[in-house]
Amino acid sequence: MASLEISALTKSFDGQEVLRGLDLSVGDGEFWALVGPSGCGKSVLLRNIAGLVTPDSGTIRLAGRDVTRLAPAERDIAMVFQSYALYPHLSVAGNLGIGLRQAGLSRADTAEAVRHVADLLGLGPLMNRLPQELSGGERQRVAIGRAIVRKPSLFLFDEPLSNLDAALRVHMRIEMADLHRRLGRTTIYVTHDQVEAMTLADRIVVMNAGRIEQTGRPMDVYHDPANMFVAGFIGSPRMNFLDAGRLGRPGRHVGIRPEHITVSRVSGAVSGTVDHIETLGSETNLLVRTAELGFVTVRLFGHQEFAANETVHLDFDRQRELYFDAAGQRLR
Amino acid sequence: MQRQTLKTWLFLAPAGAWFLCMLVLPLVVVFVFSFGERGAAGGYVPAFTFDNFLNLGARWAAFKNTLTLAPTGTLICLLIAYPLAYFLALKTSPRWRTLLLILVIVPFWTSILIRSYAWIYLLGGQGIPSLLNALGLGNPRLINTPFAVLVGIVYGYLPLMVFPIYVALERLDKRLLEASSDLGSPPWRSFLQVTLPLSMPGVATGCMLVFILLMGEFLIPAMLGGGKVFFIGNALVDLFLQSRNWAFGSAVAVALVLVMLVTVAAYLRLTRRWAGGRDDVSLM
Ligand SMILES: Nc1ncnc2c1ncn2[C@@H]1O[C@H](COP(=O)(O)OP(=O)(O)OP(=O)(O)O)[C@@H](O)[C@H]1O
Ligand SMILES: [Mg+2]
Repeated sequence: MASLEISALTKSFDGQEVLRGLDLSVGDGEFWALVGPSGCGKSVLLRNIAGLVTPDSGTIRLAGRDVTRLAPAERDIAMVFQSYALYPHLSVAGNLGIGLRQAGLSRADTAEAVRHVADLLGLGPLMNRLPQELSGGERQRVAIGRAIVRKPSLFLFDEPLSNLDAALRVHMRIEMADLHRRLGRTTIYVTHDQVEAMTLADRIVVMNAGRIEQTGRPMDVYHDPANMFVAGFIGSPRMNFLDAGRLGRPGRHVGIRPEHITVSRVSGAVSGTVDHIETLGSETNLLVRTAELGFVTVRLFGHQEFAANETVHLDFDRQRELYFDAAGQRLR
Repeated sequence: MQRQTLKTWLFLAPAGAWFLCMLVLPLVVVFVFSFGERGAAGGYVPAFTFDNFLNLGARWAAFKNTLTLAPTGTLICLLIAYPLAYFLALKTSPRWRTLLLILVIVPFWTSILIRSYAWIYLLGGQGIPSLLNALGLGNPRLINTPFAVLVGIVYGYLPLMVFPIYVALERLDKRLLEASSDLGSPPWRSFLQVTLPLSMPGVATGCMLVFILLMGEFLIPAMLGGGKVFFIGNALVDLFLQSRNWAFGSAVAVALVLVMLVTVAAYLRLTRRWAGGRDDVSLM
């Protein structure tokens, strides 16, 4: 087990800066989720940590040891790839055991460790299958198993659940949480799924265009975003950004989450017409067209009936409003 | 259902007819001839005798040469082609790759006949030996030796070995190599555990292709072996065209087919066990 310290990490490809000076400090045994829009450099960051690419500048320290220039094999890190990257010519047992055998473990010890991991992940009955004979979820578990069997100090996951269907994702998400609780290894987990990030992580890192926008506990990032980017990125449906001047609020933009707006058919601060309705059963989302503020998204709990073009009145929960300056920075 | 079978037959008919007329019938003819006798003026006289087969020993040298030089040539081709294909598939930038691949095929744009003439000159007294002599390194005889034939073979067949291996390596999922290094393998071990096993199908195809063609080779030994290094192919040309002993020639041909079948079957067996599927027993 180990802490991870990254400082001033940069990386360019063909003159294009992909990582622009990243600092990150992950405590021993913590589970961090890395989120950000596609192409912001999440995978490149993981590959730098794993040693698959070498950074242009900056340092990576693992358990206090500088590993920036070490080969991947010398880092004691295991990565689970989005594509799984299982060896197609080896059975499940072979995929799980190969790393141990080559690390010089005896046949008996390898078999023992492989059996232990197989039990942990429920892979027992699949040991003699080839990867092509496994379902997506099973492959996923083998990929995780191959990483954990080596007992590395640091786990890196690159969107491990993104190839699975919704039901399996939920199931694997719970297994991931369970696994982390049992193994207690330092983990960095890249995901596009906010629910995964929110539910699994001790800390969330929001990245954008090669920079870290904010780091914090899931609920801090959610309730107390540092800037408009984070406020807009975290939370679904997306936060509304409204003209502060027209509402008579400080700053340039007012951010308010769809669930912090109430709708009335009788009266309210702002009026508009219902443009679009999404009824999910557990919640109802309205897109309201207003004259002063443009489109406003509202989220209501439970199943609520509205008609298209119906006139509604909105009230904002002022306690929950966030204010941003012209540069998108939060005003406090 | 019946329409479907009809369609299948229609699609198969041209290939089937070709196969029958150009392969099966001639083979049957050769097989029948191999039990016959030579006519007084050459050609074939119907008979039923095993003499031709009992006489095969007379052509032992051709069998020996073919059965040593064909596998050796295949092996040398493999040893040269693998690093080349590896370099092309994994180490060159895509920008250069096409050009380099074309360079591998360029020799095929000239007839093998002309290229062999070039080798006759290069290996002959005026060529490399005289150069070595000028450098004071002796005056070895190269042309008309097994070595010359081997050089010609390797030179001529190398591209046929490079391409299947290149394709196998090109198709290799590069992420597996990343995974391997991430799982703690130094590059050489990644090569042994991932690259090599996964490129085996290409190696098997290339070896098979080169080996089978070499077993029937006659042009290169004829030109670079100068009548001293004989292949079975040369024996056949001699028997059918010069001495016009069709019956004995047929027996040699049948023997060649049998030898080929046995070696290819043995080879397939071996490669399947070696490259196919769950060979991780050896790892665990
Ligand atoms: N080997 C490479 N050569 C050149 N450019 C690269 C390379 N790897 C990544 N990039 C570029 O770096 C940027 C960040 O890529 P990265 O894969 O880290 O994105 P990401 O945040 O993981 O996105 P996604 O969520 O879609 O996986 C992209 O613009 C990508 O094109
Ligand atoms: Mg990615």
